[in-house]
Amino acid sequence: MKRQEIIEQLQQRILSLQGNYKHQEATLNLGLGAIETAFPGKSFPLGAIHELVSFTPDASSATNGFLSMLLGKLTKERTTCVWISNKRKIYPPALKAFGINPEQILFVDVWKVKDTLWALEEALKCEALTGVVGEIGELSFNDSRRLQLAVEKSNVTGFIHRHQPKNVHPLASVARWKITPIPSVLPGKMPGVGFPQWEIELLKVKNGNPQKWRVQWSPAGLEYLPGDLLSVPKSTLKSA
Amino acid sequence: MEKRIVVIWFPFLMTDWMIRKQPELKDIPFAMACNEKGRRVVKSVNAVAHEKGIYVDMVVADCTALAPELKIYEYNPLEEQKLLKDLSEWCLRFTPIVAIYESNVLILDAGGCTHLWGNDQLYVKEIHKRFSSIGYSVRLAMADTVGCAWAICHYGKNGSVVSLKAHLPSIFHMPPASLRIEKCVCDKLEKLGLKTVGDFINMPRTALRRRFGQGLLSRIDQALGFEIEMITPIKPPAVYEERLPSLEPIRTASGIEIAIKAMLEKMCSRLCKEGKGLRSCQLRCYRVDGNVQTINIGTHKPSRNALHLFQLFEIKIPHIQPDLGIELFILEVPIVEDLVPPQDSMWTTSYVNETAVAELMDKLAGKIGSQAIHRFLPSENYWPEMSVKNSTSLTEKPSTKWRNDLPRPLHLLSKPEPIEVSVPVPDYPPLLFRYLGALHTVKKADGPERIEQEWWIQEGLYRDYYCVEDEQGARYWLFRSGNYESSNAEWFIHGFFA
Repeated sequence: MKRQEIIEQLQQRILSLQGNYKHQEATLNLGLGAIETAFPGKSFPLGAIHELVSFTPDASSATNGFLSMLLGKLTKERTTCVWISNKRKIYPPALKAFGINPEQILFVDVWKVKDTLWALEEALKCEALTGVVGEIGELSFNDSRRLQLAVEKSNVTGFIHRHQPKNVHPLASVARWKITPIPSVLPGKMPGVGFPQWEIELLKVKNGNPQKWRVQWSPAGLEYLPGDLLSVPKSTLKSA
Repeated sequence: MEKRIVVIWFPFLMTDWMIRKQPELKDIPFAMACNEKGRRVVKSVNAVAHEKGIYVDMVVADCTALAPELKIYEYNPLEEQKLLKDLSEWCLRFTPIVAIYESNVLILDAGGCTHLWGNDQLYVKEIHKRFSSIGYSVRLAMADTVGCAWAICHYGKNGSVVSLKAHLPSIFHMPPASLRIEKCVCDKLEKLGLKTVGDFINMPRTALRRRFGQGLLSRIDQALGFEIEMITPIKPPAVYEERLPSLEPIRTASGIEIAIKAMLEKMCSRLCKEGKGLRSCQLRCYRVDGNVQTINIGTHKPSRNALHLFQLFEIKIPHIQPDLGIELFILEVPIVEDLVPPQDSMWTTSYVNETAVAELMDKLAGKIGSQAIHRFLPSENYWPEMSVKNSTSLTEKPSTKWRNDLPRPLHLLSKPEPIEVSVPVPDYPPLLFRYLGALHTVKKADGPERIEQEWWIQEGLYRDYYCVEDEQGARYWLFRSGNYESSNAEWFIHGFFA
């Protein structure tokens, strides 16, 4: 056995021991392109908790746009997602543009923060769901551990969207994302507003490389923007 | 055991029901009519109208000529049937055998029941009192046979009780019609001067049969009890109830859990046998001091999964205050629905998924209320606030497609918030706007997209929507309410694009 192979096998074992997420034998390709390469095993971690932070109302809507795009990639026909929030702002008809059928999402509007956590944990325990989104302001490390333990059993992917948290402390999550909108560009300097463009920052990732991308979401799919590429090597860009 | 039959006749069944719903109708004459052979025919009248000479089966035009102030309401025979069925079920408190006879008559077989109310007179009096107290005027009589009781109920003294074997003298002075015979036979008897039952009841049977047919003889026999008359009792509605008395008063949560589990097990196996599933369930705990503690659960789909139902109860067990202890548990299921075990489809596990999701929703609804759970379907409205509708079912399919040809923001404010703008006329997008104290310079804009009020639903100003992008790249959905020329044109922010 070659040295390289041994190291890879050991890495896999360490990953599974960490209870981080189950490494899928057949890598589920979500079609996210370069984003997937930032994670260990070059596959988007499912059955884990992702954390997303936003600080302004427009960033929160961009984050939810990115989330609905991910849910759209995850869900198949006849599967259901749950979206739990304190103050729901999502306008269901707009979700269709992000590739998910709005009727596949069950919205749970909770008033009390305590109930939100409870509902989130119960939803994450339900194996029949594909994804669970929780919009929540504050989340302590212990609470996030509970959520992490719930998904380890059920293999549901959880997304915690923290809007305007008081401080961004570490959580038991596989990744921390930050999505901010950037000015759209139309080809040929045409007037009007273009497709949504975001700067996706992968601030923290377990056993992976934090990176930054600039992307555009259009009905055709996710496109990576050329220009001031921050840390993405050119080779991954081409493969995207 | 001697036979005791009570016949209850509701002379004003439908109108009494209307008065129960609208008490102001009590003192005005009104009737209920429906179309029959191209005419409007009265099918039910109230007592006030009856006094004015309005009868059932009269034509409405004649009635209004007699009493111009008469009010006419629509009569629905199905409603009457349902009402009588409900009343018959209500009558099950007096005897287990209740039958519906004709459209406004109930027959109660009271044999062996009357002693529970004292005697026959008190029994009849109690029925009369109970019906009067809920606003139904009734005529009733008790006798040995259906025929005799029917005759006295319709033609005799209200509430009279014919003692045993005394039915022959009691119908002696009744008109022939009291024997429930056909109209033409009645007329024939009348023509021959036979005005009461006594005039012909002792005539030779052969003579009666030759002149009036077998029908009259069998009616006489039925009234006198020589011929058995069958009645078809209604089926009492099935009650899904489990009782669990406890030897020692139960005070601990674990004790209550065991009780709920035991009762659910029995209930679910019964539901399984009958192919039903429960939609709601009530647990009543009777305390030693007479207090009753109640908890309710509901499910999104009919369910007979004891474990799932127990989990729903488990959340609510802390709400039970056992105090000195609980001596009796009653688990009642008011709503059941058919639950056919689905055929497992070969390739998908959708049923398992749906059940698991429904069970999760039950759990959430049990703790935070079912109004917190939404599933949205498209609705055929352009007005942004109304273009979605809430669906209570987890499987309902959208009736129309979701539209995504026009830009719609991912975040929509439930109520548009006013903004200050600087905008060139006539209908350009704003150059600047101020929202929550922050100034945004518009760099790019699309629009306007005019959305008119749906005048058949609500009135108001139309909206001209613009999608704008500021210098940071944040995208907003703004609109001007009304025409730019009018002085009341105001600007609002309504949403945030992703």
